[in-house]
Amino acid sequence: MSQLAAADPYDVTVKSNGLRRRRIVEKVFGLLAIGAAIFACFILIAVLTTLVFKGASSLNLDFFTKPRPLFGEKGGIADALVGSALIVGMAMIMAIPVAVLVAIYMSEYAGPKVARSLKIVLDVLNGVPAIVVGVFVFGILVVGHGQSAVYGAFALAILMLPMVSRATQEILEVVPRSLRDASFALGVTKWRTTWNIVLPAAIGGILTGVVIAVARVAGETAPLLFTTSIAASEISGDVSHALPTLPVTIFVFSESPDPGEQAAAWAAGLVLIAFVLVMNVLAKLFAGRKRRQLEGS
Amino acid sequence: MTSTTYEPPAAPESDLRRSGIRLGDLLFKGIAILAALAATGLLGLIAWKVLDLAWPAIQNFGLSFIWTEAWDPVTQDFGALIFIYGTVVTSLIALVIATPLSIAIALFLTEIAPRRLAAPIATMVELLAAIPSVVLGLWGILVFGPWVRDHLEPWIQATPLGALPVFSGDPSQAGILPAALVLTIMIIPITSAICRELFIRVPQDLKDGALALGSTRWEAIRGVVFTYTAPGIAAAVLLGLGRAFGEAIAVNQTIGNRNTIPTSWFEPGDSLGSKVASEYVGATSLQQASSILYLAAILMVISLATNVVAQFIVVRFERARRGV
Repeated sequence: MSQLAAADPYDVTVKSNGLRRRRIVEKVFGLLAIGAAIFACFILIAVLTTLVFKGASSLNLDFFTKPRPLFGEKGGIADALVGSALIVGMAMIMAIPVAVLVAIYMSEYAGPKVARSLKIVLDVLNGVPAIVVGVFVFGILVVGHGQSAVYGAFALAILMLPMVSRATQEILEVVPRSLRDASFALGVTKWRTTWNIVLPAAIGGILTGVVIAVARVAGETAPLLFTTSIAASEISGDVSHALPTLPVTIFVFSESPDPGEQAAAWAAGLVLIAFVLVMNVLAKLFAGRKRRQLEGS
Repeated sequence: MTSTTYEPPAAPESDLRRSGIRLGDLLFKGIAILAALAATGLLGLIAWKVLDLAWPAIQNFGLSFIWTEAWDPVTQDFGALIFIYGTVVTSLIALVIATPLSIAIALFLTEIAPRRLAAPIATMVELLAAIPSVVLGLWGILVFGPWVRDHLEPWIQATPLGALPVFSGDPSQAGILPAALVLTIMIIPITSAICRELFIRVPQDLKDGALALGSTRWEAIRGVVFTYTAPGIAAAVLLGLGRAFGEAIAVNQTIGNRNTIPTSWFEPGDSLGSKVASEYVGATSLQQASSILYLAAILMVISLATNVVAQFIVVRFERARRGV
């Protein structure tokens, strides 16, 4: 295609005036497009290398096993790691079953009109700012009860729901019709077909959606500020109280003037982004393979 | 894979067993419907509850809160204009810079780059979207902000643009411009990913037709690709804008958090989401927080409106294309 556009020396349709200008515009366009792509890659590399350079030196065993320092002592982020793991885990338990059921309803039961409306509802829900979700959970749960890790998890679950639901629904629609028909022809009921045939066939895509959603909410700060931010810096598994989390810790440290806390923020940021990137790459590898398998069958 | 999951046909069953199966079907469908209703109800509940939380402040300050330029906890003078200005200006700057860049990236990936180069670059742009906002904000305040202060802002002032009042004053590492640029980085991957999806689906024969008529690649893109996808691009831009409006954390870290409307974009200001986020420590009682909740409600209305318009465009666009 590129040769076609460039190799156009015998222009018979138009007088050749303007051709030079058109060629220049074409060149400029190509360079700008390449430049934009390089720019985006450059930003990613710049952020990642900064994190490695500023964060890696603080990473050691203590950093992963000791809680946050109070005043200038050496310490780690173990409290935040435990808190984040518990909260994200609880969010998964709350969000995934509902999200998958919504997707099943959309693809297996609802008519096209209802399914389309639900898609819009989910997309709009996905567009609600994370801070507003935090304020919402603050309003319905935190007011009168105080902050707790469970409420933080609920806020994250609200963010996960539309992501997992849309990903699941998209993969359920790729599951071949013939699979369902074969099952029905054998006399299997609809819900057993969905449960035993359709879901297992789509499990790879569902997991991909879950992994991406987990990577995304694990780094969310805004919904946690109002729900589980005012916490003691000790390693605790008591989810009925506010627990420290990785993103909130980074957020607080990042605005601190203390270079020691800034260093801890970089190291915690490095840990967080390593987790997020590994999840994303895994999801990508997994998604590619599963989709090819489904579309091949 | 599939053959192993087949179950043998059920043996002849009693009426009881058969009705049990129907019950299972009904139950499963019922649960699925409940889940769908819950998801829909959740959206309504969020909208209602946030407005309900803001209600005391709405009654107290009225709608004039929206265009009041004040935020003084001592005199109890509150208004949203400072933060609406910060939100709208940072988001619009981000939009103006990010839109051409996103479209250019999407065009590069779909029309220019060889497939072998396009896949890794597309992955990198996706990973840019995966950077948590708090990490991007950390980079924004400690690395990018100082760079903007030392290099970008003096450079802008040296160009003819420097004569504009918005580029006047002393360069600073936290302010409207650094926040807007961090937002730009955040929305580029979102907008470009949607644009890429759109451009991939432009029929090849239309593009080939334009090229066969002697147009250059750029002319084919302008005449065919843009015409074909214009509403989709508009929706993509709006979705990016919605994201920029709603971002609280990265903006909070980079905008400088000052309760004034700055004349210069180099100076600190504040945005709706950022202001709400920075009040979390004080948010223990409703009384104290009522005007903050009013800000949250304004933010919710703005982003819901942006998103709904974007969805509306998408639906119209898809309907039109199905009709083609």
